[in-house]
Amino acid sequence: MLPMSPVTSPAPAAPPTPASVIEVVLTVAGISKSFGENHVLQDFSLTLHRGENMVVLGKSGSGKSVLVKCIIGLLAPDAGTITVLGQYVATLDHTALDALRAKVGFLFQSNALYDSMTVRENLLFPLRRHWLADRRGQEDQLVRQALDDVGLPQTIDQLPAELSGGQRKRIALARTLILPPEIILYDEPTTGLDPVTAREIDQLIRHVQQKYHASALIISHDMNCVRLTADRVILLAEGRCYAEGTYDELAQNPDPTVHAFFA
Amino acid sequence: MPGSPFFVELRAMLGFAGRFLREGFRPRYEWLELVNQCYIIGYRSLPLVGITSFIMGLVLTLRLRPTMVQFGATSWIPVMVGLTIIQELGPIITGLMVAGKVGSSIGAELGSMRVSEQIDAMEVSGTNPFKYLVVSRILAATLMVPILTLLADAVGLGACYLGINLQGVTSVALFANNILGRLTFGQVLPAVAKTFFFGFAIGLIGCYKGYNAAKGTEGVGVAANSAVVLSSLMIFLLDLVAVGVSTAFGFI
Repeated sequence: MLPMSPVTSPAPAAPPTPASVIEVVLTVAGISKSFGENHVLQDFSLTLHRGENMVVLGKSGSGKSVLVKCIIGLLAPDAGTITVLGQYVATLDHTALDALRAKVGFLFQSNALYDSMTVRENLLFPLRRHWLADRRGQEDQLVRQALDDVGLPQTIDQLPAELSGGQRKRIALARTLILPPEIILYDEPTTGLDPVTAREIDQLIRHVQQKYHASALIISHDMNCVRLTADRVILLAEGRCYAEGTYDELAQNPDPTVHAFFA
Repeated sequence: MPGSPFFVELRAMLGFAGRFLREGFRPRYEWLELVNQCYIIGYRSLPLVGITSFIMGLVLTLRLRPTMVQFGATSWIPVMVGLTIIQELGPIITGLMVAGKVGSSIGAELGSMRVSEQIDAMEVSGTNPFKYLVVSRILAATLMVPILTLLADAVGLGACYLGINLQGVTSVALFANNILGRLTFGQVLPAVAKTFFFGFAIGLIGCYKGYNAAKGTEGVGVAANSAVVLSSLMIFLLDLVAVGVSTAFGFI
């Protein structure tokens, strides 16, 4: 199907994990997205299962961030369909899309914490937007629990500007956890962090997967992050799914494009 | 010419204003953010507007006095300064001060939020960022500029009274009677009415520039700068239109 299809391996060779045999939570089917003459995504597809961590690997500018923004509905694909938790994103009205977004966490590359709000207010913001009657009166408890999960309970009254890059990343992750997500989209979670902090974030991603049983789509070109967090890896190149498999499978792939990442 | 950058920008800004009218008066209403913005735009601009109005009122009185003395029209100073402040100086000074302080602040804040993906994060959080950020700011500016103008008028008239009493003695009652006795409804109404449009223009332009900021941090600076320049220019244009309209309707 693809010019380099021999390098693809559609199913992991490893023994099936529980994640690979249960429910599909996210399907991207043949989406394309162009900006003028720049064809960023071309007939790209992927499937994410419940509880699975999938990494989309690719060079800078290969369309990885565009992909997650299409999934969350911030961008509309030119062609193809995206199904999240059984709902076609393109056909949802604002109310339905907001309801769906409550189940999908998004960790932005830039963290996107609200500068004018304290950590507490940052975490309360999505909580109050998607308020559930049975949680009324539990705001403070939920905020503290999310901060405990990321190991930063002491920052609750600080402003984002007073935090380090790693702390901001953790707080941004806490904000995605405040409404327990079924899917978490991580856009370059370790970019711009020192190696030690980056490894802490990798461990946190695994910890969140185990605690919340959430599926994760992780956009990255940090190979340590890929190795430590991925159950499955997709290599995005030339706007297409160039190769797919476990980290070990792709690491042994002799194709030059794939090898360039794992060398 | 319709494809020139000016017309493209104008069309985009009119589209932005249209979106405000479509979305601004439909639920969900962001009352808390509106109150917060009224506090920021109104209350926090008060010292700046008050000081500039005081200085303008005092300077105008002191500058006018020698000429009026020459013509033997000293008793006309209060009404001349009063009319000038209420009809023109108060609205214009307030509009320009708010454009400088608030227009740049809105442009920079929203621009910064745009380039750092905070607006996207808001959307992902289930918030309509246009309602939360844009509608609340435009409404707050539209409501606060007239109130600030009335306060500026009062401060400017107070400074005028002080200026008169620096070189003579006039009672408050005489001063007030001198001004209020000659003011008509038709003179005050257009002066107040146009300030709603000043506020709307400041909020709209600041939000438009910030909300559509691009090119990273450079874009934030451009947004803040162009918001001030354009809204200041718009205040003078709107003032010109207001004079034309009020003259046409006999409010002069």
